[in-house]
Amino acid sequence: MMANQIGAFFKAQGEAESPAAIADHLKKFWDPGMRADIVAHLAKGGDGLDPLVKRAVELLKAKA
Amino acid sequence: MALIEEQDLGTPPAKGEHHVRLTIDGVAVSVPEGTSIMRAAREAGIDVPKLCATDSVKAFGSCRLCLVEVEGRAGTPASCTTPVMAGMKVKTQTPLLKDLRRGVMELYISDHPLDCLTCAANGDCELQDMAGAVGLRDVRYGYAGENHLVQPKDESNPYFTFDPSKCIVCSRCVRACEETQGTFALTIDGRGFASKVSPGMAEDFFSSECVSCGACVQACPTATLIEKSVIEIGQPEHSVVTTCAYCGVGCSFKAEMRGEELVRMVPFKDGKANHGHSCVKGRFAWGYATHRERILEPMIRNRIDEPWRKVSWDEAIAHTASEFKRIQAKYGRLAVGGVTSSRCTNEETFLVQKLVRAAFGNNNVDTCARVCHSPTGYGLKTTFGTSAGTQDFDSVEHADVIVVIGANPTDGHPVFASRMKKRLREGAKLIVIDPRRIDLVRTPHVEASFHLPLKPGTNVAVLTALAHVIVTEGLVDEVFVRERCEADAFAAWASFVAELQNSPEEVEKVSGVPAETIRGAARLYATGGNGAIYYGLGVTEHSQGTTAVMAIANLAMATGNIGRPGVGVNPLRGQNNVQGSCDMGSFPHELSGYRHVSDDGARAMFETLWGKTLDSEPGLRIPNMLDAAVEGRFKGIYIQGEDILQSDPNTKHVAAAFAAMECVVVHDLFLTETANYAHVFLPGSTFLEKNGTFTNAERRIQRVRKVMSPRNGYEDWQITQMLANALGMPMQYGHPSEIMDEIARLTPTFSGVSFARLDAQGSIQWPCNASAPEGTPVMHTNGFVRGKGRFMITEYVPTEEKVGPRFPLLLTTGRVLSQYNVGIQTRRTANVAWHADDVLEIHPHDAEERGIRDGDPVKLASRTGDTCLHAVVTERVAPGVVYTTFHNPATQTNVVTTEFSDWATNCPEYKVTAVQVSPSNGPSDWQRDYEALSRRNRRIAEPVPGE
Repeated sequence: MMANQIGAFFKAQGEAESPAAIADHLKKFWDPGMRADIVAHLAKGGDGLDPLVKRAVELLKAKA
Repeated sequence: MALIEEQDLGTPPAKGEHHVRLTIDGVAVSVPEGTSIMRAAREAGIDVPKLCATDSVKAFGSCRLCLVEVEGRAGTPASCTTPVMAGMKVKTQTPLLKDLRRGVMELYISDHPLDCLTCAANGDCELQDMAGAVGLRDVRYGYAGENHLVQPKDESNPYFTFDPSKCIVCSRCVRACEETQGTFALTIDGRGFASKVSPGMAEDFFSSECVSCGACVQACPTATLIEKSVIEIGQPEHSVVTTCAYCGVGCSFKAEMRGEELVRMVPFKDGKANHGHSCVKGRFAWGYATHRERILEPMIRNRIDEPWRKVSWDEAIAHTASEFKRIQAKYGRLAVGGVTSSRCTNEETFLVQKLVRAAFGNNNVDTCARVCHSPTGYGLKTTFGTSAGTQDFDSVEHADVIVVIGANPTDGHPVFASRMKKRLREGAKLIVIDPRRIDLVRTPHVEASFHLPLKPGTNVAVLTALAHVIVTEGLVDEVFVRERCEADAFAAWASFVAELQNSPEEVEKVSGVPAETIRGAARLYATGGNGAIYYGLGVTEHSQGTTAVMAIANLAMATGNIGRPGVGVNPLRGQNNVQGSCDMGSFPHELSGYRHVSDDGARAMFETLWGKTLDSEPGLRIPNMLDAAVEGRFKGIYIQGEDILQSDPNTKHVAAAFAAMECVVVHDLFLTETANYAHVFLPGSTFLEKNGTFTNAERRIQRVRKVMSPRNGYEDWQITQMLANALGMPMQYGHPSEIMDEIARLTPTFSGVSFARLDAQGSIQWPCNASAPEGTPVMHTNGFVRGKGRFMITEYVPTEEKVGPRFPLLLTTGRVLSQYNVGIQTRRTANVAWHADDVLEIHPHDAEERGIRDGDPVKLASRTGDTCLHAVVTERVAPGVVYTTFHNPATQTNVVTTEFSDWATNCPEYKVTAVQVSPSNGPSDWQRDYEALSRRNRRIAEPVPGE
């Protein structure tokens, strides 16, 4: 899952800052439809999403 | 218009720092020390007769025609091999010299067939010119000498002939093959009158190692080596300088014409990217422009299984606009998009993205760079601050250590590879990081100091291990890092790479590269002087493609190899205008000049000029468009010059996506594979038929000039303009120069670019603006574009594409010298003589295990699909790795590749697919089905009588 790959990269840059960095990447590079899809996926439990990515998607949802 | 005749100064320029003063025929001359008398004379406008000398190769001194007299010296030295000395007094024309030269010419002519009137080189023959120059009026030895006419012509090469009867054995071809091309395919066989140019081991040209670059043909002073097109058509009468439309090297050519007929393409000496050299594609493979399969009339159809119906341009444009409007009205503004092409000009690309953003009203625009170098953009922008390579090609002349990673320059970027090989022959060291033993690893007079044959998918691990050695062995350029890079980021990175899991010994376990080889390569790069990294799609087309680009940038910063000639990070771009298409705002998240669509200030500039409100949200990337189409959310697409069906991974998925759309518009030269799924076909123009610019891998913007009328009726930018107007977005450009003026107004890095400046300067490397009015050959000289360089942590994350019992081998893909990408152009040229079909390279051990012999048909299967092709058993690939190309739609290699992609950019992971190979009896089901579909969907309806 691409979101987890993104998560893995930003986690390596620094775990504390990674949720914000992941959210920022998704905001900049994913179209609104894809972002809505992952927000909806999280709303259904976010099966398969890394915990850091879940936190990022929550941030994304808050920004939307 | 006239023929452009470049001056031949006889010998190459000298690099001496000090000037030497002398007089030649009473004219005071000042030239760099080391300059030959011949060159000094010619620079002063004094032409010394010559035959064996030409300024693209070193002086040879064999023809004895360029003799001069030097005051105070005995004899008559050859001016080509004699360097100037201070105070020298040279005479180039004396009674003695005249006699000597005439005598030499008599000997040449006594052994030469005098069929000048019917000779293809008549009017373009240096032997003829020199006979006139020396005043030859008689041949004392008679004309019945050995004329060699009984020797057969070698016509084996598709593009040029070798006629030994015309050969004067000047060795210019042999030297061009060695010095310019670096292939060493030619030699002089025999002695005296029996001397003869011989390709390979007395083979014909086609069977030899000759790579058909044309350097020998260009160097030949007679008709011995001459283009078949010149034999067929005759001598050209005018020429136009333009830019090659194949790879990202961006060679300048003179298109030599008779009227509107192209006679030949000759590499332009003043071309800053190629300096007068060429490859088989740019030099010879342009016949596709007039190929019978080219589509010249617009066509439409309601369903893709119907035959195409030829229509007028008005009907085609009106129908297309109506369809896009209908789809947006029914499915919403975001249900359509467009794809720009790296094969098209900057101006055309800019217009397509403008059409999408301003006429479609969304940012669903992407470019084929998505599937090649998009990780370069992200990686270099993050670390250095700009999405481009750091050097010009000339920089390689100052490199001491050249690192080639995931690139095969002798096949993919052959003209630059020749320059690289020249530098390597001069003593620079070479490190190759590639799963395959590419030609550069060991080629005549070049041998890599280190070859790291890593397992596909382990680039990041190996690059980080190189960094481990540099950090833990104290090889960091601390001054550079302290002054030029972010301290905190460096400290975190240094700590990370020093960890045990990044040591060569640990990385050997995953990459298969011996730890000592990694250590040796790292030490050489860090301590060997100027270190220059050149990389290709073997870096980017991975799930960690962007991370690998960052790892490369880290290495360059850590060793201080940035910001001066001879160093740098150099992405070798696959297509002619990959750099340009990215610069022009083709990505769904960026406007031209790499400014994010959410940047209110940047967006406002466009909105003001275009009179439209633009979307501030990123649009869909190509893979996202395809996914959305399968999901029923994306219904219409305008594709200019890109064959997505054959290019993109998992062909079945791509086919399903197109089949789900209601309006697929293909704007191209031929009925591509994508056109099998299209509803509208807009015939495109070739690079010979339009004006514009391309930007090559070194950020060099160069003119493309129209040399013939578009056979389809319009240049491509005009077609996009018609479509935009029909969609209600007014465009009134009269010439591509006006589009460039708009680009310059809207793009800070292009603000100084104009066609007038390009015509005056020849080419410009961006950034070109008030602070760099002449352009920027080398970037980051006094600081990084982003301020301080930023080290990034590059943790190795194995790809999810894993080998296992069902698929135990790793497939990696690439391209060959004679073919270009999906082969739309090159498959319609005589280049098919070298590579008619895709083949599968497999190691002897893997072949033997499977009962496969060289040449056998084999089934190549992965989790996504299978195809059949023929095996080539070779040790070029390591055990466990197989390799093929993607040039041929009959193979459809991408039926096998997967949708795994780079985490940051969606660039597909073409370089790693788990596969199985087994003996086969024939085409796969997919190949059979696709062939039937292709036959059906390519039908063109016969016009109804009376219509």
